[in-house]
Amino acid sequence: MNTLNRRDFGVAVVAALLLPATSARADDMEVHIDNFVFQPPELKIKVGTTVTWTNRDDIPHTVVSAGKFRSKTLDTDDKFSFTFTNAGDYKYFCSLHPHMTGMIKVE
Amino acid sequence: MSGHDHGDDGVSRRKVLECMTWAGTGVLWTVTGGVPRSLGIIDSAQAATAAAPGMTFLQISDSHVGFDKPANPNALGTLEEAVNKINAMPAKPSFMIHTGDITHLSKVAEFDNAERIISQTKLDVHYVPGEHDFIDEEVKLYRERYGRGTKGAGWYSFDAGGVHFIGLVNVVDLKGGGLGNLGAEQLAWLEDDLRGKSKSTPVVLFAHIPLWTVYPEWGWGTEDGGRALEYVKGFGSVTVLNGHIHQVMQKVEGNVTFHTARSTAFPQPAPGAAPSPGPMKVEDARLRSMLGVASVNFKQNEQRLAIIDTPLQG
Repeated sequence: MNTLNRRDFGVAVVAALLLPATSARADDMEVHIDNFVFQPPELKIKVGTTVTWTNRDDIPHTVVSAGKFRSKTLDTDDKFSFTFTNAGDYKYFCSLHPHMTGMIKVE
Repeated sequence: MSGHDHGDDGVSRRKVLECMTWAGTGVLWTVTGGVPRSLGIIDSAQAATAAAPGMTFLQISDSHVGFDKPANPNALGTLEEAVNKINAMPAKPSFMIHTGDITHLSKVAEFDNAERIISQTKLDVHYVPGEHDFIDEEVKLYRERYGRGTKGAGWYSFDAGGVHFIGLVNVVDLKGGGLGNLGAEQLAWLEDDLRGKSKSTPVVLFAHIPLWTVYPEWGWGTEDGGRALEYVKGFGSVTVLNGHIHQVMQKVEGNVTFHTARSTAFPQPAPGAAPSPGPMKVEDARLRSMLGVASVNFKQNEQRLAIIDTPLQG
C-alpha cells in the first residue's frame, strides 16, 4: 500500500472537505412546478448535478422519466431530487397530468 | 367547447358559462324509454324526478376527499352536503355512479372517510377510478375496495333498467405528452362486451377523464377515446358520462350525448380561462352560491341537450 506523507495527507483532507461541498452548491439546480408547468421546461447541466423539483401547485404531481427515475406523488411543497451521473437527454413528465413535460440535458 | 351546441331554445352563452363554473353536488339521471335524461343537481328538481317514470340513477364525481386547500378547505363536508341532498330526495334512485377522484391522495383515511359518507346514501355505487385514486405506493387501495369483479385496472359492465352500463378506466399507463388512455387490452374487452348486443340497447359509457377531446392543452381528453366511440357508433342511444374537469360540459354528436359532471369538492376554470386547470379559488360565500341545480335534458327526437341551471342561493 502507498502511504501518504504528512503534507500530502493534509492536502487530500482539505480537498475532500472542500471540493464536494463547493461544487455541489454551484451545480445544484431547481425546477419548480407552478400552474401545471415545469419551470424551466429545459435544463442543461453537467454530469453529477443534482436537480430538485418542488411542487408549488394545490394539486399533486409526479416527476417521471421512463426507466430513469420516478418520484413519489408530490403534494403541495413536496420535493424530489435526482443526481444525474450519466450524460444524455432525459425527457420526463407528470404521470398524473401527462401533458406536463420537461427535459434535462446532461453533458 | 360545447356551449354553442345546445340549440336556439336552449341556453344563452352567459348561462352556459355560468353553469360551467359551478361546483355542484351531483347529477340526477333518469332513464325514460331507454334514454337517459339528466334532471340536474339534486334539489328542487327532484319533485319532477319523483313523478318521472322509468329508472333513475345519480352521478357524483371528483369528491377529492382529503383536499383542504383554499379552494375548499373541507371537501369532505361538501361531499356530505351532497349526500344529505341525495337522502332528502323524495324518490330513491336505483343506484349511483361515481366517476372518479374519490380521494385526493389515495390515503387509507381518505378512502375510509369517503366510504363512510357515501354509504349513507344506502345506494349501490358503481365506481371508476380517477388518477387521484391510484397514487398510493402499491396502487392497491382502490382495487381492494372497488376492484372486485372488474377486469384489468378496474373496468366492467352491468345492465340495469334495460340500459347497458360500461365503466372504463382511462387514468393508467399515461404517456408523456399524451392524454387519458384506455389501452389495447381494455378496447379489445369493450369490443367484445358490445358484441351481440342489440343496437337498440341504450348504452352508457362512464369514465373519469372525458372520452372526447375537451381541451388537450390541459390534458382534457382521451388519447384512444375515439376507438371506444367507434364501437358504440351503431347504437341508437349512447350517453358518455365523465368527470375530471369539475364543470358541466356537454355536446351531442349524432346518437352520442357527452356530458361531464361537476365536482363535489371544488370548481376548475373553463378551458383556457386561467393559467392552469388547478382548483379555482372563489370567495367562501360564492362557493356556496355556485352550488346549484343543473338539469340536462335529452330529447330523443331533437338529439340535443338543454342545460337549465338554478343556483341554490341568490
